[in-house]
Amino acid sequence: MTRFSAWSVFWNGLTNQMGWKPQWRTPELKADYDVVIVGGGLHGLATAYYLAKNHGISKIAVLEKGWLGGGNAGRNTTIVRSNYVMPGNREFYERSLKLWENLSFDLNYNVMFSQRGHVTLLHSPEAIDAAARRYNTMRLTGSDAEIWSLEELKRNIPHLNYAADARFPIFGAAVQRRAGTARHDAVVWGYARAADKRGVEIIQNCEVLGVTRENGHITRLETSRGNVGVKKVGFAVAGNTSLLWEMAGLGTLPIESHILQAFVTEPVKPLLDQVLVFGVGGANFYMSQSDKGGLVFGGDIDWYKSYAQRGNLPIVQDVAECALSIMPCLGRVRLLRHWGGVVDMSMDGSHFICKTPLDNLYLNAGWNYGGFKASPGSGWYFSDLIANDRPHSDIVNHDLKRFERGHTIDERGAGPDPKLHG
Amino acid sequence: MIRIPCPFCGERDHSEFHYGGDGSITYPALDAPTEDWLNAVYQRKNIRGVQIETWHHVNGCRMWLLVERDTITHEIHLVRAAHDGVDGVLKGRT
Repeated sequence: MTRFSAWSVFWNGLTNQMGWKPQWRTPELKADYDVVIVGGGLHGLATAYYLAKNHGISKIAVLEKGWLGGGNAGRNTTIVRSNYVMPGNREFYERSLKLWENLSFDLNYNVMFSQRGHVTLLHSPEAIDAAARRYNTMRLTGSDAEIWSLEELKRNIPHLNYAADARFPIFGAAVQRRAGTARHDAVVWGYARAADKRGVEIIQNCEVLGVTRENGHITRLETSRGNVGVKKVGFAVAGNTSLLWEMAGLGTLPIESHILQAFVTEPVKPLLDQVLVFGVGGANFYMSQSDKGGLVFGGDIDWYKSYAQRGNLPIVQDVAECALSIMPCLGRVRLLRHWGGVVDMSMDGSHFICKTPLDNLYLNAGWNYGGFKASPGSGWYFSDLIANDRPHSDIVNHDLKRFERGHTIDERGAGPDPKLHG
Repeated sequence: MIRIPCPFCGERDHSEFHYGGDGSITYPALDAPTEDWLNAVYQRKNIRGVQIETWHHVNGCRMWLLVERDTITHEIHLVRAAHDGVDGVLKGRT
């Protein structure tokens, strides 16, 4: 496969763009592998890539039941940030953000990572105090964070609703400048291409239908493309984790599947340079502008449990109301599309990258709202876990037993109700 | 919009209701082993298909309901009052 370079772009420009080849192979499923990753989403592909790159394992297969980029990898709002403060989450998301910063170069694929800044609006002096505590924690642990006064916010984003009689008047903002957005499809393609180049076999349209166990050990997976023998297995199938877990005969998980919607408007001229977050009084809303000009909106989950990859209308209304309340100039902009993805909502709002009751099965699950930004970090830590058979010290508490130990990692302080961890 | 036939008010939009959660959970006795409590509070069946769940008709009669709903199609199969006492009153009326 050819490396992308200024020269290859120039040469293909001269030769009618006929020199481009498929970016990854379409191999047949082999009889056995050293590591099989179930789930060809961002987390699965990133895991395979770092297994090959950092740990020198080459006999790897990634099994994807649909096609690459067809699940949540293509259903998110593309926001990348690391403003988490709980121990474990802090280190995890900061590492992930650092990987993002070098990702295009590392993958030789432009993932269009744009560190445009992430601006969370604050609506009372108390909210500024609370945000200062969180953002100071970030600064003390090697990240960047700022609090913007109202004047500074007005200088940067002059067209928000600053009316003093707004239902929630704006007092300031908490800002992470290194945060931003990336092009989600490019990340999928970039990881797939880079993993494939290092020998990883990506098998699409290959659904796992059964798990064969012997003495607490997985020996074989039955798939829609035949059986495959395995030495180690990683599950990275957010949304459907519980189903696969049950297939492996392991019972229940502290996870519920919920539906999260995203929206895009018709394209407009450049209007918003940052990622903007509005969350007060029950509202939960975030917005950014894509390179095509469409405003990408995200809101709450649909509240009820669901495996349907489609959203419902009350959230469309909520999101539209939030958009108008902070940026009234959007009044005549039309929504083009909305779509839904199934997410693993965990009992404390944090993820799982851990060993399991079976000695050669590893779990990557429970990403709640935050799977996209986490994907490089997730692949990095999960490959480290699979290769070394022990969790990295940063993520020792991201296991399934943390509830038993009373060590919940509840960033929001919302308690054991999955729908509240937005 | 999901339409939920409330046994007290008739069929209404789901936006009138607040979603409670998994209706199949039974909490153990206060002195039950920790493991039982751990399972009741944290472990979920996460059914792909028809499950029992609780909804609160918060912008209507304010009754808690047990609803059987399909988590793939969102189809509602059965709705009944969540408490026996209320259920009895309802049955006495009809």
